[in-house]
Amino acid sequence: MPIIHYIEPNGAEYEIDVPVGHTVMQGAVDNMIDGILAECGGVCSCATCHCYVDEAWYERVGEPQGAEKMMLEMVVEPEPTSRLSCQIKVTEELDGLVVRLPPSQY
Amino acid sequence: MNKRVVIVGASHAGAQLASSLRQEGWQGQILMIGEEPFAPYQRPPLSKEYLRGEKNADELLIRPAEMYIRHGVELLPGRCVRSVDRTAKRVLMEDGKSFDYHKLALCTGARVRQLEVPGADLPGVHYLRTLADVDAIRTRLVPGCRVVIVGGGYIGLESAAALRKCGVEVSVLEVQSRLLARVTAPQVSAFYQRIHAEAGVVIHTGWSVVAIEGEDRVTGVVGADGRRLPADMVIVGIGVIPNVELASQCGLKVDNGIWVDEFASTDDSDIYAAGDCTNHPNRLLGRRVRLESVPNAMEQAKSAAASICGRQQCYDAYPWFWSDQYDLKLQIAGLSEGYDRVILRGDADAGRSFVAWYVCGDKLLAADCINRPKEFMVAKQLLAGALPVSVERLADESLDPKLILKI
Ligand SMILES: Cc1cc2nc3c(=O)[nH]c(=O)nc-3n(C[C@H](O)[C@H](O)[C@H](O)COP(=O)(O)OP(=O)(O)OC[C@H]3O[C@@H](n4cnc5c(N)ncnc54)[C@H](O)[C@@H]3O)c2cc1C
Ligand code: FES
Repeated sequence: MPIIHYIEPNGAEYEIDVPVGHTVMQGAVDNMIDGILAECGGVCSCATCHCYVDEAWYERVGEPQGAEKMMLEMVVEPEPTSRLSCQIKVTEELDGLVVRLPPSQY
Repeated sequence: MNKRVVIVGASHAGAQLASSLRQEGWQGQILMIGEEPFAPYQRPPLSKEYLRGEKNADELLIRPAEMYIRHGVELLPGRCVRSVDRTAKRVLMEDGKSFDYHKLALCTGARVRQLEVPGADLPGVHYLRTLADVDAIRTRLVPGCRVVIVGGGYIGLESAAALRKCGVEVSVLEVQSRLLARVTAPQVSAFYQRIHAEAGVVIHTGWSVVAIEGEDRVTGVVGADGRRLPADMVIVGIGVIPNVELASQCGLKVDNGIWVDEFASTDDSDIYAAGDCTNHPNRLLGRRVRLESVPNAMEQAKSAAASICGRQQCYDAYPWFWSDQYDLKLQIAGLSEGYDRVILRGDADAGRSFVAWYVCGDKLLAADCINRPKEFMVAKQLLAGALPVSVERLADESLDPKLILKI
């Protein structure tokens, strides 16, 4: 099972096994990592699942599209590798992915 | 005793509270008791993906049941708390058992308002609040059957949209003169009326149901003016009532919800409450509210968890909500009550994308954003910062929504 690394703003790091087909958001929620809120449950309506994809991984993860892209332009403290984690599906290729969580989801 | 938090109600608020307690470093036991026979699940998809048959019950779970165990949260599904003994600090179960608590969190949510007319208890009359409710609806849906939905609010309209995709005939009955009358401007009501009509939903406004007809099953509904509509199934979506009985029976203050402060504390400092069941102050709105939304349940639960762990985290977020119907993503920021003007950005009379801004003076109160995710995010920032708005900019489609923020 792919391992995803979640890094909280305070430096706390979690290594989580996330099944292929699940989203990066779900991996965090399942494991009670509160830095990802996911208020809409993954339907791309809330932007409270914002994360920064590690630069080394960004190309493999890919760019945001559509509604995700538009909402990301307006999140608090966006960065060039910002993504909404509910829109990132875990694949074998993403084994080892590192994402950092923003200081706030509002 | 190892200190124990007992959470009553295992849904959005309860699940977040358990998770946030662990994040806050709560070392003691956590016991979550829920009446429904499942681990906490997402309610919003019930009238959307789940009703359409696009998601199964496992996919609705907020997290798999075993994850609670892994994080030391004991889950008791299918069990009902009957009363609270505040002196002994103990909850009493329906089966006679009891559990002591150090801190208690009431996350009892809300239940549906019943339609009180003759025939409302006939088989074929359904409500839509729980997974079991939707399973009961889904097993009886056959292509071509006639479903009458009572109530033209979000749940009624989402159900109508989902049911059209299932190939059934749908009518919506709304007692007010327009859909969504309580929560949106006339322009937004008219928009949804058009969209549903285009999808083949028959909408009757100003229609009040006085009886449901049928011998041993529903066959139709009767209106106040004597009109009749045939129906094979009736789905009632006329609002909810907060579950406050546990709180009121043990003497906590209750007034349209369990009365809590901005830290989710009741008037007993060992008892907290979060979610649809609470009446709480909101500093940004300058008044008390009772809200029915997932973000409210989650954010208030976080405050409750912080309080239980001895840290103060004020809950004063702006309300927001979403509703998915057909290909339309509606995102709502704020509460529109008290607006003096509605400003439209985009065309509500044609197409499927626009914003209705609700303004009072030079302040934004709320925005209904239909297929406008960027404007929704702008609206949240305008609200959070209580920023003054310019009517021209709100309405000016040629302007990048970002620039609405620049005054
Ligand atoms: C069909 C539908 C669609 C919705 N769509 C949206 C949407 O798109 N966006 C949005 O933000 N919100 C939506 N909502 C509203 C949202 O689901 C609620 O606001 C949310 O579920 C509130 O969570 P809660 O935990 O406060 O309460 P609830 O979800 O009501 O849960 C309370 C739980 O407590 C249990 N309980 C009560 N009393 C006891 C007791 N004495 N002992 C044990 N257990 C008890 C109940 O059985 C229930 O399971 C929707 C709701 C419905 C029904
Ligand atoms: S969970 Fe809501 S946008 Fe990702």
